[in-house]
Amino acid sequence: MYKPNDLILRTTTSLIAFILLGFAIYLLMAGHNSPGGGFVGGLMTASAFVLMYMSYGIETVKKILPINFRTLIPIGLLIAVGTGAGSFIFDVPFLSHTFGYFTLPIFGEIELATAMLFDIGVYVTVLGVTMTIILSIANDQ
Amino acid sequence: MNNLLELTEQMIKISTIICVIGISISLLLLLYRALAGPSNADRAVALDGIGINLMGLAALLAIIIVTTKLNDVILLIGILLFIGTLAIAKFLEKGVIIDRNVD
Repeated sequence: MYKPNDLILRTTTSLIAFILLGFAIYLLMAGHNSPGGGFVGGLMTASAFVLMYMSYGIETVKKILPINFRTLIPIGLLIAVGTGAGSFIFDVPFLSHTFGYFTLPIFGEIELATAMLFDIGVYVTVLGVTMTIILSIANDQ
Repeated sequence: MNNLLELTEQMIKISTIICVIGISISLLLLLYRALAGPSNADRAVALDGIGINLMGLAALLAIIIVTTKLNDVILLIGILLFIGTLAIAKFLEKGVIIDRNVD
């Protein structure tokens, strides 16, 4: 049994994984008025994690990403339901969303919508489901 | 001046159509290689080439229907292509795609 040398793959992964995570955040943020959104952002983050898993192995990635991806599914669903149930506080129907204009120090005046929170819930759920499926299939050897 | 603008627009349209035809021929040849490749590595390389040609086709489509919304799709195809080719290469090399412990 020879031992393969994965130097090029590992160096490329450590560069590309950050580009993928940045692109995933961009897709999540741009989903309001461009293509993208929580679903594609979650899939992009999952593909960045899969790339790390492919080049470093399960044991190493478990040390640097100590997340049980199964717990992400209920967390994401709770965020999504919470944004829907939060509309009861303001005495409006379920899943009513609103938006407002805020002035932040770096970005200037931006439009923040509560649909963003729902999208983050979708993002976390999709990430958890995808990573759970892939890791469960990869684990049986 | 107006005539010049129309001329350049016509030139862009014609050259885009020529590029689409060229990429289609390249896709057909690559499809032949993917179907009839003697080994699995030939098929993997052919699929990689098909993906790169699809990126070019998406870019040309963004020129034809005048839009910038397809740029994300092009980047997405490239990333998924890289990961897919990596998975095929790892499967052909080792037999497992995600191994338990590399060292």
